[in-house]
Amino acid sequence: MGFNWNWEFTWEILPKLLHATLNTLMAAGLGYAIAVVLGMVFALAQRTPYWALTKVVREVIEFIRSTPLILQIFFVYYVGPQFGLKLGPWTAGMIAIGLHYSAYLSEVYRGGLEAVPKGQWEACTALNMSTRDTYLRIVIPQAIPPALAGMGNYLVGIFKDTPMLSVIGVAELMHTANAIGSSSYRYLEPYTLVGIIFLAISLPTAGLIRLFEGYVRRKLGLK
Amino acid sequence: MDDLSNYPLELTGDDVPMVRFMKVTKRYGDLTVLDKLDLDVAEGEMVTVIGPSGSGKTTVLRMLMTLETINEGVIYVDGQPLTHMAKGGKLVPADRKYLRKMRSQIGMCFQHFNLFPHMTALENCMEGPVQVLGMKKAEARERAEELLELVGMSDKRDQHPSRLSGGQQQRVAIARALAMRPKVMLFDEVTSALDPEVIGEVTNVIRSLVNEHNLTMLMVTHQMGFAKDISDRVCFFFDGKIEEQGTPDELFGNPQKERTQQFLSAVKEAD
Repeated sequence: MGFNWNWEFTWEILPKLLHATLNTLMAAGLGYAIAVVLGMVFALAQRTPYWALTKVVREVIEFIRSTPLILQIFFVYYVGPQFGLKLGPWTAGMIAIGLHYSAYLSEVYRGGLEAVPKGQWEACTALNMSTRDTYLRIVIPQAIPPALAGMGNYLVGIFKDTPMLSVIGVAELMHTANAIGSSSYRYLEPYTLVGIIFLAISLPTAGLIRLFEGYVRRKLGLK
Repeated sequence: MDDLSNYPLELTGDDVPMVRFMKVTKRYGDLTVLDKLDLDVAEGEMVTVIGPSGSGKTTVLRMLMTLETINEGVIYVDGQPLTHMAKGGKLVPADRKYLRKMRSQIGMCFQHFNLFPHMTALENCMEGPVQVLGMKKAEARERAEELLELVGMSDKRDQHPSRLSGGQQQRVAIARALAMRPKVMLFDEVTSALDPEVIGEVTNVIRSLVNEHNLTMLMVTHQMGFAKDISDRVCFFFDGKIEEQGTPDELFGNPQKERTQQFLSAVKEAD
């Protein structure tokens, strides 16, 4: 078989793939939103005075980071029902991917939180601020800017990992391309298009993240 | 072990000091930083602590701000225990809630300013009043503006700390601490991190506070001339103890102890 690109077929499947791209973006966005919040919870939970909590969270994070995402997706979707946790593919997928990336993001946050100088904490004590206000108003706003580069990497990462959701039937880009392939026996065009779509989104995103980082630093007066 | 029943539940009488350290001991492991320290600061008094580094002088302020715990003894503020609280007719170590209540009487300025970098000068001065004292934003802003005026920083109110010089940052930090209306102000080497040419702008602010406000102040400094000028009393710390104390004239003019004399002459040479 030689190289045989069919333009007519390409134009025919493109709308379908672009439509699936919306699902991919939604999966990445939702998964990331979960990870951003849950990651901070994990990071903060390791800073409480309760060492048992720290230890448990630490182990959970290590466990999540040391096992493949695809296994976690399968686990939530197929093993969950045995424990009475019956979830649709979307919900199961979002939980798995959100949880997975929250483990990575919590490490990024941890670095940012630890980088906030001790003097900031002492100033908060001297102003008699509560621990809650100290975190929400003083420490976290200073921990985020240095964490933005790492957070951005994982945003692109989660986006590129969404094809794994196809294994449990989430109708994202990869799933759609597979379906096209198996019904038409043409794989070259759909997979090539998937690659181009991923590239066309990933590359500008990385640039935008850098711009955003600069904007946040200026906005917070940290430059 | 220190027997807490030897300490009064509160200080009463005509002559209650604003701050009292009673046999306060602080250790880091085997190292005793402060050894059974007794120190009173009267209401409205300006007391300066001097001494070689490692003599425990900064620790005195940090304990009073509750940034450090103490190993033995009790600290009282305005007659009430600070490090401990009365419970069932006995003194027990203070819990978080009690500390938060008592801490509101004390304000502190740091060597490295510790302004919040993501807030403007004005926001730095409004943060405590709004979040902690529950003041309305408009009222907090008005008060913050007055205080920035007092320290001569009105024109920089909308700048972030990164755009201010060290001296300017320290003046904002003083305004920020004052915004909480403390009874006691602590100054921990507030000029040590400053370039020589801007030290004056900070010392002038503190000078005006001494002259115009009835604040109780405790200051650690290496500026002997400044200490001499504005203090009611100077304490020379050595090796975790007050080696000698007195009015500036007494201590600088006619030091009695040999270590005081050695320290003062060494400082004079360095100047």
